[in-house]
Amino acid sequence: MATIMNRTFATALAGGLVLAGLAFSAPALAQRDPAYQAARSAGQIGEKPDGYLGVVGSQPAAIQSLVSDLNIRRRENYAQKAQQQGVTLQEYAITQGCILIARTSPGEKYQDPDGNWQTRGSGPPVRNAHCP
Amino acid sequence: MKCANLTRPARRAHNPRMGTRRTIAGAMVMLSSALAGGCVSVTAPNEPIVIELNINIRQEVIYRLAEDVRQNIDENPEIF
Repeated sequence: MATIMNRTFATALAGGLVLAGLAFSAPALAQRDPAYQAARSAGQIGEKPDGYLGVVGSQPAAIQSLVSDLNIRRRENYAQKAQQQGVTLQEYAITQGCILIARTSPGEKYQDPDGNWQTRGSGPPVRNAHCP
Repeated sequence: MKCANLTRPARRAHNPRMGTRRTIAGAMVMLSSALAGGCVSVTAPNEPIVIELNINIRQEVIYRLAEDVRQNIDENPEIF
């Protein structure tokens, strides 16, 4: 009886895992574009407190269009999320900026509250006082 | 041409009477707005307080949104 119960449980668990795998496989595949990742790591692109990406210094046109394309997609996402949360697009975007700057990896660029580009070190980044 | 001929006399008939009335009404409005304008200028020192309030509201909103934002980043890694 116990073995039958265990088997049913195991089958159910396996089935559940397969379903979960199917459900999460699609978002898991969506990763950063390699060109974007490379530009981030090279410090050509940085995170800004307003929730959007910025071009650090003067960069090739390809980098600039990469940034504007991602920013358009970010804006679209922020607008949708802001509406869901009942806040303004700017409020949602600024919160994104706080978290995205906090999540930068050492060596990546971010903009401090004064608008200067900084390289993320091992310590916490310089962020706006309103950041959580 | 026909339209122009029709509208011209109509305007002339209206203009003299309405002109004087409007001048009086306009003067009244200007006088009252001038008086009200004097009152509005007094509220100018209150402005910094309003700005401070906005920052406080925004900070509260930011704290509330933080968790949703973290989730959003995890759900859309290709744009962040």
